[in-house]
Amino acid sequence: MADTAPIAAAPLTTADGRPLAEALVAAQARSRRRAFLLVVPLLLFMILSFILPIGQMLHRSIYHDGFSSNAPGVSAWFAANPQGTEPDEAAFAALVEDLRTMQANRTAGEAGTRINYVLPESRSLFTKAAREAKDLQPPYREALLALDPKWGDPVLWEAMRASASPYTFDFYIVATDFERAGDGSIVRVTENRQIYVYLFIKTFLLSGLITLICLVIGFPVAHLLATLPMAKANLLMILVLLPFWTSLLVRTTSWMALLQGEGVINDLLVWIGAISQEGRLRMINNQTGTIIVMTHILLPFMILPLYSVMRVIPPSYARAARSLGATSWTTFRRIYLPQTLPGIGAGALLVFILAVGYYITPALVGGADGQLISNLIDFHMDKSNWSLAAALSAMLLVGVLVLYWLYDRLIGIDNLKLG
Amino acid sequence: MKKTLILTTALVGLAFPALADVTVMSWGGAYGAAQTEGHLKPFTAATGIATTMVDSDNPATPIKAMVEANNVTIDVASLEYADAVRLCDEGVLEPFDASILPAGKDGTPAAEDFLPGAVTECAVSTDIWATVFAYDTTKFPDGGPTTAADFFDTAKFPGKRGVKKGAKAVLEFALMADGVAPADVYATLSTPEGVDRAFAKLDSIKADIVWWEAGAQPPQLLADGEVAMTMAYNGRIFNAAIAEAKPFQIVWDGQIYENEMYAIPKGAPNMEEAKQFIAFATSTDGLRQQAQWISYGPARKSALAEPLIFNDGKTEMAPHLPTAPENMKNALESNWEFWVDRDAELNERFNAWLAAG
Repeated sequence: MADTAPIAAAPLTTADGRPLAEALVAAQARSRRRAFLLVVPLLLFMILSFILPIGQMLHRSIYHDGFSSNAPGVSAWFAANPQGTEPDEAAFAALVEDLRTMQANRTAGEAGTRINYVLPESRSLFTKAAREAKDLQPPYREALLALDPKWGDPVLWEAMRASASPYTFDFYIVATDFERAGDGSIVRVTENRQIYVYLFIKTFLLSGLITLICLVIGFPVAHLLATLPMAKANLLMILVLLPFWTSLLVRTTSWMALLQGEGVINDLLVWIGAISQEGRLRMINNQTGTIIVMTHILLPFMILPLYSVMRVIPPSYARAARSLGATSWTTFRRIYLPQTLPGIGAGALLVFILAVGYYITPALVGGADGQLISNLIDFHMDKSNWSLAAALSAMLLVGVLVLYWLYDRLIGIDNLKLG
Repeated sequence: MKKTLILTTALVGLAFPALADVTVMSWGGAYGAAQTEGHLKPFTAATGIATTMVDSDNPATPIKAMVEANNVTIDVASLEYADAVRLCDEGVLEPFDASILPAGKDGTPAAEDFLPGAVTECAVSTDIWATVFAYDTTKFPDGGPTTAADFFDTAKFPGKRGVKKGAKAVLEFALMADGVAPADVYATLSTPEGVDRAFAKLDSIKADIVWWEAGAQPPQLLADGEVAMTMAYNGRIFNAAIAEAKPFQIVWDGQIYENEMYAIPKGAPNMEEAKQFIAFATSTDGLRQQAQWISYGPARKSALAEPLIFNDGKTEMAPHLPTAPENMKNALESNWEFWVDRDAELNERFNAWLAAG
């Protein structure tokens, strides 16, 4: 005992005399750096291809400098005068000056487009006035009003004030079926223009329905895959995977050939006399088409996680339950089903999230009432209203994240088993 | 910020070939083929400058993305009139110097030779096309529809209807079918009641409509028997009827016509060649060559001086053009100013109406 005290007092060192603790930290830091270097490519890839674009998208949904950057004069006037100020001669003079610059830089369309988002029919007001701006003489208020009396409209000035800052929530207002009234208040749009909220709800409901159908169809198939002898299971597996390996477009167009009015299924039904020539079923270019085709396309995403979970469930559990007197239904409900829950959760989450963002299939087979919110996002991309498309995408993203959070709270993300 | 914002869309540009000297982006199908045969090939033969045709559903969308991303790979784009004006105002298109346009073959200066409105600040007309409706004659052996109103009469003419999925041209057509005179269509459509009236007319056949988006779809829908009659671009129906001998008949009542324009996107890689190409393609001969492949009318008076013959060597084009006097009886010129302003608003309403099922 007397010998150990002096040894403990002296610091432990490595063979070359460095303190052991220090050397350990250095060695660990080195290996951490090496590990970090190994993941750097992936990290960079994620940042460049995932985090950055999503960040840009979110930014774009609240940022549009089409008016503010092209109309600095009138924007400054708005900044100097509080809301409700009657536009005076100085405001009109600043506006005319801005219109002249717009004409020189060919940006009147851009500025007008920004105003047009909140106030239809104002785009041409700007392009026309910009063309005439160089000939306008003071007093500018009268000159502009003579050009078009709309320049005196308080709603227009309210719209310009709202656009004078590049940061705006206007696109979220539009994306939730609201609009800005003349006095600056926010009101619901008329019923015949309400669409986004309805489509969001419909998208989530349809995705839920598709997930449910996938589960009902996929569950027995996965069970069969997991319990058949190897040779037969492999064949079945190929049948499940074959469509998975086929191009999405090829599968969608094949469905068109099958489902259309003069298509294979209708022809067959007419031939066997199940339906009459006039009573051909409408299975495509409507909601039914979207559900059928999306269910087929997403089915493997349900079957594969289910299969990976079912494969490792020992059959002896079910046999034990039966031997203890459980009926086959009780065995399924209390023994087998709970063990497949991680697979059901993974498959359902996967199918649902994919379905919510699906765009190409509803576009091709959805007709009018089979469209989802992603088709409207695409529509606004096409019409160059990228900010509104971004706002809608951001809302969709939040919706999915909320569901993911709910899933985590209810089932627990740790229980997810993807294969 | 703007540049980085566009990173993702910039990648789109990589998909297009950069080898040819003049790259033209158009609408594909029979129309793209007509431009390839009538403009691109003769241009290469005459100047030795290579050309490439790229297809798109609507070239206005990709070129706007390219210009914003600062990565333009297209030299010439074929645009609808309203889009050409809108993009010109937004600085997406290069202003076009009309003085390089050659005089007509008969010597008329270009400024007088072109029809009114055919040359704008940024773009030059290649043809005048129309949205019409057409039917399958085998579906109506006792005589087919003759007026726009018949299109909406499913009791008299049963069968599905193909309609373009979008507000433009569809709302005008619905109003004309409801008895509004062409001259009053845009005035009516400018009022909330007028818009309601157009949608009410569409409501009357909503359950029977099959919607289409690309110009190549309506002839296909007719050929498949999916619809009994459909709105369509007149040239596409003409080509199916004449070149492929399909039993399709165009009804000219209630047609809506407009100019199609060639324009150069800002920052096009081969600016000089592109200008040369447009001047070549919109010359008297250039316009006539395209019109031999599809029934869209040239926008130069001199190009109509001699009879136009389809490439089968026998079909006279004149009665098939939207501008033929007998086709113009109840016709409407599409109002670009109206659509530049109201496109967003009316399409929003249209989408809401569609989704309401």
